[in-house]
Amino acid sequence: MAKKKFIVGSFTDEAVLFPAVKKVRRAGYKLHDVFTPFPIHGLDKEMGLRDTSLHTAGFIYGITGTTTAVSFITWALTIDWAINFGGKPYFALPAWIPVTFELTVLFAAVGMVLTFCWLCQLAPFVKKEHFNPRSTDDTFVMALECTGSTNEAEAQQFLQSIGATDVKVETRETGWWLGSYANDKMRFEKN
Amino acid sequence: MAIRSTFTVPKRFQTISMALMAFGLLSIIGLWVTSGSSDDPKEQARFWASLLQNSVFFLLVVNASMFFICITTLAWGGWQMAFRRVPEAISAVVPVIGVICGAILLAIVFGDNHTIYHWTDAEHVMHDPILSHKKGFLNKPFFAIATIITIVGWSLLGYKMRQLSRKLDNEPLATLEDRKKYIFNNTVWAALFIVLFSLTVMSSIPWLWLMSIDAHWYSTMYSWYTFASTFVSGIALIALFVIFLKNNDYLEYVNNEHLHDLGKFMFAFSVFWTYLWFSQFMLIWYANIPEETIYFQPRAHGIYKGIFWLMFIINFIAPLLILMTRSAKRNYGTVALMAVLIIFGHWLDFYQMVFPAVSPNKVPNIIYDLGIALGFVGLIMYATARALTKAPLLARNHPFVKESLIHHT
Repeated sequence: MAKKKFIVGSFTDEAVLFPAVKKVRRAGYKLHDVFTPFPIHGLDKEMGLRDTSLHTAGFIYGITGTTTAVSFITWALTIDWAINFGGKPYFALPAWIPVTFELTVLFAAVGMVLTFCWLCQLAPFVKKEHFNPRSTDDTFVMALECTGSTNEAEAQQFLQSIGATDVKVETRETGWWLGSYANDKMRFEKN
Repeated sequence: MAIRSTFTVPKRFQTISMALMAFGLLSIIGLWVTSGSSDDPKEQARFWASLLQNSVFFLLVVNASMFFICITTLAWGGWQMAFRRVPEAISAVVPVIGVICGAILLAIVFGDNHTIYHWTDAEHVMHDPILSHKKGFLNKPFFAIATIITIVGWSLLGYKMRQLSRKLDNEPLATLEDRKKYIFNNTVWAALFIVLFSLTVMSSIPWLWLMSIDAHWYSTMYSWYTFASTFVSGIALIALFVIFLKNNDYLEYVNNEHLHDLGKFMFAFSVFWTYLWFSQFMLIWYANIPEETIYFQPRAHGIYKGIFWLMFIINFIAPLLILMTRSAKRNYGTVALMAVLIIFGHWLDFYQMVFPAVSPNKVPNIIYDLGIALGFVGLIMYATARALTKAPLLARNHPFVKESLIHHT
């Protein structure tokens, strides 16, 4: 796993955070992410994030569910084991719609939950590492990624100048979740 | 550009609506000459059935606007405040079409048009065990009283809701207590409307006006299904007027966030309509009892097959696939196109509710019906535009208005 350096600053006020995000992007720094205790309307636009493609994935899962249901029931009830139910045709599509619908919903729901976990790198027993644990409580935390051309001291200075407190440089392993798991330290333990 | 708070009807809009109304009137006259004046009761029925289908459909569609206002009021929703004057103006058309529709219905019932409403034929009912069981519900006095109470009730309660909204334009509410009281007052009247609405559109009125054309047949889902049909068309109508006003530089506070929500309503209720449509169909299909399947025989398998499946594609497949993405619901062009398509699709839905029973052996020439429909469209355009001019386009003193201005989905 590659190691990367991040410059991390904390904000305590949304009114400071929003202009800060704008200034960071205008100054040309690489904004890694902003961690907030709660969802903030409009922050995604300010950060220039693209729309999520989770719903496209959901649509594909749904279509998969529809196809699975229809093709399986068709195969089972017309080819493999054709049974005459009350004089209905073997290919009794209206009767299968409820099952098809349920399978569509099931595939879409389960698939989207798993995809969401994958995208956020969430899994049972995986401990996520925070740049600053207070980002789950009352602090907005902004992380800039250091590229080859980033001057760390200057970037730290810049973050402070736009209202960040507690600015520091941190190194993190990037990549899949096992990487951050190996690196984790219990917050309450003495270092 | 300065903010334009009151609507003035553009000349071209006025001309088009007048032309459409004239066209509708011509269609009615044409249909009267070809069918209505004939001695054959079947041909007469074809004339009256066309009027019945169009007037009932458009009455229920404009009334859906008031239902939209009342549910958002009851739910304490604020997002629709930026364009609330639009559904208000549309619902002001209810009394106008209500009078037309009521006159047509009563004319059919008391004109003894047995081909449309079999149950008006006393001689026939006596020898028909099924219809004589239904005599308590399907009889002339009950029909007349229910129709009149319904239309008058919708008009009066709708008028009250509009008055409550307009009252604030001149006298803003000073204190928090006043505002709470105002919201409570609104809630009470909206709740009354909803009660009347649920007793009429959602349960009894479609049975009486439309389902009793197939007097032997019944479906308890029928009213819900009719309601879903007209509600989604009503939302489409609101969306069309909002887009029209937006294109003419009005409603400066409405943006694509509001459009997105209207699009969601159109999408969701298209799916809801399909759910009810299918539930009604599947139970009958599965049970396969002759007296129930007789309803779907001419529609799904007989000569009305084309209209039946076309309507299914327009009302379900098209909104499902086209309105599914977020960007489509935020696009004025797509929403306008889908709104027109949805209204047309549900008009076809009403067409296949009415005509297979009235004219079982041949599909009537749909051109006349489309002409009459355009006449009603012209009437709605004309009357709504007139109602829009009477009040400012933003209900600026309503306590929830700010919620709508900063609305964000």
